This record gives sequence, C-alpha cells and structure tokens, in this order.
Amino acid sequence: MPALTLTIDGRLVSSRAGETLLQVIRGNGIDLPTLCYLEGLSPRGGCRLCMVEVAGREKPQAACVTPAEEGMVVTTGSERLQRYRRQIVELLLAERNHTCSVCVVNGQCELQSLAARFGIDHVRYAYLSPRLPLDASHQRFGMDPGRCVLCARCVRTCDEVEGAHTLDLRGRGVRSCISIDLNEPWGRSETCTTCGKCVQSCPTGALFEKWTARGEKVRAPELIPRILAWRETHER
Amino acid sequence: MNASDLEKLALHEAGRERRYCLRISICMGSPCMAAGAAAVKTAIEELIDRHGAAADIRVVGTGCVGPCSRGPILLVVTRDGTEYRYERVTPPAAAALVDRFLNGDVAPTERLLPADLPFFTGQTRLVLANCGYTDPERIEDYIARGGYQSLSRAIHHLSPEAVCEEVTRSGLRGRGGAGYPTGVKWELVRKASGSRKYVVANGDEGDPGAYMDRTIMEADPHRVLEGMALAGFAVGAEQGYIYVRGEYPLAAARLRQAIQTAERLQLLGGRILESRVNFRIDLRMGAGAFVCGEETALLASVMGRRGHPVTRPPYPAQRGLRGCPTLINNVETFATIPTIIRYGWEEFASVGGPGNSGTKVFAICGDLVNAGLVEVPLGTTLRQIVEEIGGGVTGGAFKAAQTGGPSGGCIPAGHLDTPMDYEQLKALGSIMGSGGLIVMNDQRCMVDVARFFIGFCQDESCGKCVPCRAGTVQMGLLLDRICSGLASACDLEQLEELCHLLQETSLCGLGSAAPNPVLSTLRHFRDEYEAHVMDHCCPAAVCNMAATEAACQP
Repeated sequence: MPALTLTIDGRLVSSRAGETLLQVIRGNGIDLPTLCYLEGLSPRGGCRLCMVEVAGREKPQAACVTPAEEGMVVTTGSERLQRYRRQIVELLLAERNHTCSVCVVNGQCELQSLAARFGIDHVRYAYLSPRLPLDASHQRFGMDPGRCVLCARCVRTCDEVEGAHTLDLRGRGVRSCISIDLNEPWGRSETCTTCGKCVQSCPTGALFEKWTARGEKVRAPELIPRILAWRETHER
Repeated sequence: MNASDLEKLALHEAGRERRYCLRISICMGSPCMAAGAAAVKTAIEELIDRHGAAADIRVVGTGCVGPCSRGPILLVVTRDGTEYRYERVTPPAAAALVDRFLNGDVAPTERLLPADLPFFTGQTRLVLANCGYTDPERIEDYIARGGYQSLSRAIHHLSPEAVCEEVTRSGLRGRGGAGYPTGVKWELVRKASGSRKYVVANGDEGDPGAYMDRTIMEADPHRVLEGMALAGFAVGAEQGYIYVRGEYPLAAARLRQAIQTAERLQLLGGRILESRVNFRIDLRMGAGAFVCGEETALLASVMGRRGHPVTRPPYPAQRGLRGCPTLINNVETFATIPTIIRYGWEEFASVGGPGNSGTKVFAICGDLVNAGLVEVPLGTTLRQIVEEIGGGVTGGAFKAAQTGGPSGGCIPAGHLDTPMDYEQLKALGSIMGSGGLIVMNDQRCMVDVARFFIGFCQDESCGKCVPCRAGTVQMGLLLDRICSGLASACDLEQLEELCHLLQETSLCGLGSAAPNPVLSTLRHFRDEYEAHVMDHCCPAAVCNMAATEAACQP
C-alpha cells in the first residue's frame, strides 16, 4: 500500500493511503476529541469536534471524514479550534437536559469528560430544557432522549453491526430524536433483537440498562470494533 | 419521430398559429391562479363559444407573464402582432374586454398596462422567452417556437465534447446560487470513469419569497427537459431525475405530463429522434425539507434516504447517486442550455458582463410597486431592478434589499448602484443565491429581518451537525432578546461569536450560510443593533419593547 507523508502539528508523519486524517492523527498519539466517531462504524462528521486546520483550505475540516493526502499540513490544536470545540460542547450541554449528578453514566460519560477536558465550569448559552418523555417500555433497556447528543452512534451500530436497523432518526433540527421503528415504544418493537450494542455504543446516558442507578452504567464502546474484528478473522 | 418530422411539426404548428386572428393568453402561473385566473379563462371561453368564433381565436392558459402582484394578467395578441397586457382582470371584465376585441373596436384602455412599461422593456427574456405565449401542457406549442431543435442538432450534428465545449465557452455559471462554471462541471462528469452516470435537476427551491424555478417548471417544462436531455447526451448519462419541491404540485403535474408527451413523441426515452441516444427522466418529489436543496442531501433524498448532507469531497461529479458520477444543476441552469446550443455561445456570452454572461431570473418582492418575476442580464444594477423594473419602493424610502434568501445578505441604499453579479454581491457580504430579491422600505427593522431568517434556518436545519442544529437556536434566542430590548452588549458579542462558529464549522452550506443575514445586517446596520441593545429602542418602531419597560418598573 502506498505510503503518504504529512505534517501534523509540525511533525512529519507517514500514513497509508485510504486512511482518514483522524486515523493518522490518533495513530500518532494525538488525542483529538470526538463524540460521534466510533471506531468500526461509518464516520458521520456530525459533532464537528475533530475539526482540524489544513493549510490551503479556507475552513477547518472534520478529520473523521477527510482522507489523508500527500503533503497535507495539519494543525490540530490552534486557539481558534479550541474555542470552537468549547463552544460546541457548551451548545450540546445547553441543548438537552444533562444533569450529571443524577445520571446513570456519571463519571464515565464522554460528554462530561469533554466538558472537563475543556474546563467548562459554566455554560454561557440558555438552557433549552426540552420536555422529552423517557421510554422505559423495553424489558432490559431504557432510553432518555433528554441525555441524547444525537451522535447517531446507536443508529449506525444497530444498522451496520447488528443489521436490525431498529433505531433511526426522526424530526428535524433541534427537534430531531432517536426513533424506534416507526416511532413505537421500544418494548413493542418487532425488529429489536435486544442485543444491547446500542447501549454500549452510546457516549452518554441516553441509552442505559434498566436497574442501574446513578453512575452505575458500565460502558464498553470498544466492544463494537472488537466484534467487527472478531467477525473479520472468523470470516476469513 | 425523427429530425425532419420534428421540423415539419414545427412548421405545421407555426402555420396554424398564424391563422388565428386573435390570441388570448391568460397567465396560469400559481400567483395568477390564486387570484382567480381559472375563472377568467372559463368566462372568456364561454363568450367565444357564444360568438361561435372558436376557430379564429386561440385562448391559451400560459406560464407566468411577470407582474404577479397585478394578476390575473391577460395578454391579447392581435393578428398584426400588437400585444396588449391587462392587469387585475376579473371574469366579467375579461368578457367585456374580449367582446370589444371581437367587435373590432379599438383596444380598450381600461386595466391596460402601457406597452412601454419599464417592467417589460427593461427585461431580456431568454429563459422565460415562452412565458405568456405557450401552453405548458401542449408540447406542440414548445416545438412551434423552436423547442427540441437544440437537442436534435446536438444529437445529429454535434459530439458530446462539442456540447460541453459550447457550454464552457458560453461562460454559463450555476444558477442555483454558488455560481460554479457549468461547463467545467459537465466536463468533470463527462471525463469521470464509470459506465453509469446520472443527471439530476435541482427543483427544490425553498428560499422565502423566491419562485423562479417553480415558474420555469410550471410555464415551460419542456425547456427544462430539453436542457437535461442535452446534459445527458453531453456527459454520457441515460437516466435523469428531476427533484421537485413537495409544495409545488402544479409544477410536478405539468412536468409529469411533459415527460409523458415527450416520450410519446420519442423526444425522450429510448432512441431519441431515431438516434442511438437514450435518455429517460423520472420525477422525484421532495417532502418539505429545505435542506434537500443542498446537493448531497438532495441525492440522498432521491435515493429514498433521509435528506442529510454529507461532507464533500467526494463531489457528486465524482461519486453521487448510487455511487456513480452525477451531474447536478439547478432547474434554471438546465433551462438556459437549449438557448445556448440553439444560438451559439457567442450570442449568449454577448449578454451580461465578462465572467457573468447571460441573464438571471429574479423574483422581486417586498415593498415594491411591481412585484413579480423578471429576467435581466447579469450585471444590471440593483437600482435599475428596484426603481425602473420594480417601479419604485412603496410605503417609504428604500432601505435595503435581501438577496439570496436566508443564505444571503442585505444590500443597503448606499450600494444601490452595485451591478448584480456573483462577485460584486459576494464582496458586499451577500450572495446571488437562486434569485430571490426582497426589497424593504425604511419602516422595516433590520434586526427583526435577521431574526426572521435565523428562525427559518432554525426550523429547516436538518439536525446532523451540532453548530447548525443547536447554534441557530441559540442565535434565535439571542435575537429574541435583542428585539425585546433585554439584551446586553455581552449578548451581541456572543451572537457574533456564534456566527463565526457556524460559518466555519458547519457541515453543509445551509449551516455555514445561516449567519449571513445576521452578519450582513451587523455590517451595514450596526447602529440599529446598538440602538436595540444600548438604548432599548427600535428605530423603526417594529420591535415590541414592552418587556424592557416592565423590567424597569420599580
């Protein structure tokens, strides 16, 4: 496979053709923040946290959907990018009802970690506090749209890994919501296989196993790439 | 049908047209229909039946004549070719009018629009040439005026390369808004590797106040189809899709009917005009999402997926519909193509200015005497459009004009002499856009205008990327605060910060252009924002400041 040479944050690095910028950057030990990206799933480019500056391009590019090219000069942590990332996390915190102190995933939440990482101790934007009903109709799992960041990791996991496509998005803009089948209660879904992979891929506490209390959700998003790798070795 | 049959049909139809001693056109575009054009047409037909003159007089329901605010419009063409346009026609008035013409009296002057009205004389109609003359539901009318001749010529006498070359040299730029050179795009798709390619027409026009594409599809559907077929021939595609906004049922019905009749005459479908060229066109209806006007979202929607944009590159020209190279152009762009192929690129390039050749259709509305649809050469100044063609501003002095809808910006009075072309508009912080032009008088509050457009973007954001989904909502809330007089200087700062975030980090054009109305009003009317924030008053007295007074009560 042909090798490419890029400059990332002033360092010359090499990569294989076909890799995305995010893969190259992470492969070189730089911890670029992401939220909607999950290894193994198709990249979505929706959270805009992995934005990087590429010399010669007018606007920052989302690293997860930008293919690495020969001779690219990439900056991952400029002051401007840090400011944008902080703003995006603040917008997410204000969008739904993120109350960490009572959340099942408190302490393990990706959104919470990002907020801590960027030193967000207060949110400058108005809280929208939408009233979103919780779906507890499934025997094992629950869904609280109030904690959802609309990253669609669960949607892609259900479609690409499990192949059930029970989950999808409905609505538009800020009124978007994760929908089960054609907006059915989860417990009545005929397509859901109760595999629970969506719960594992969820970065926040929006999807959770029932009977878990504050801070008790055990997250294992690395399960998804592990399943895919396992499949690949066994299919050969 | 072959090429000579087509010419024979054209001659036959033109001959038939000449035999009529009177042609009466009633504008059957959506605005005139809403004003009661259908009843007018029935009244005229009944009258002619009573006179038993149906053989000598042709009554035709046509596409948009132009001055929509004065509808229904009646156009009478006498045998010597003199045209009389009547405005605001009611069924009894129409019957009385036609009766006078039938009796051979001098043309009535009541409701008559003067022939030298700048609204008509100031225009150059290339794309809208057939509007007001042909019946959109009769393919013979289009053929009689030279329709499908360009396609016939291209298929039989030109190579695909030559067609691309012609379009490139004409200097035509995409009429959907961004102004990308059309020929370059065609060449990219033509050279792209792949056995299957597609042509897609974007008719998902959604800007508030803009209806150019709707009018073109309603008034002259065959022109769009011919343009698409030419594109299919030039890039090597055998399948086309025309994506029509869900709110345009009349346009969809006429296009569907046009596709059927064209296929019956072998002008579309398999073996066009007995050649080896095949090109089918299918209609796709949108479901009411503004974002589907963005090309990648549109392609997703055509494929039956959720209308979400994806990051470019790869561009549709490389990988579009079903992973194949796809040419996607606006409806108006396609409608321009037959003219270019028919008259040659020199003729087309002689209209407009260098780098901005040809004409552009604008939907002019707002505080104007003559609101409606106009087609002018690119580079016409805003002053000409507003003061001459539009007949001047009503209800006060000119304050600003919004171009490009919610993705564009405003042009203040000081820049009235700006030529309307892609570069000049961009330099002013606005865009050409698809051609919506909203004129505002000095009774309008620019902060309120910005708030309206942000509200629109907020409703129409698809929700895929965070900056656009949550950012537009926060911008809306900040503008609400400013408009109610409760905002502080800090809020204004935050608003600007959000504008930059959206511009730089949004996934698609909808999000990155959403702050344009705010940024351009901030640039040209910053004093108004400051009056709202510092003095808690609205200079135009539009915004309700009651909340401020309540807050100040002890």
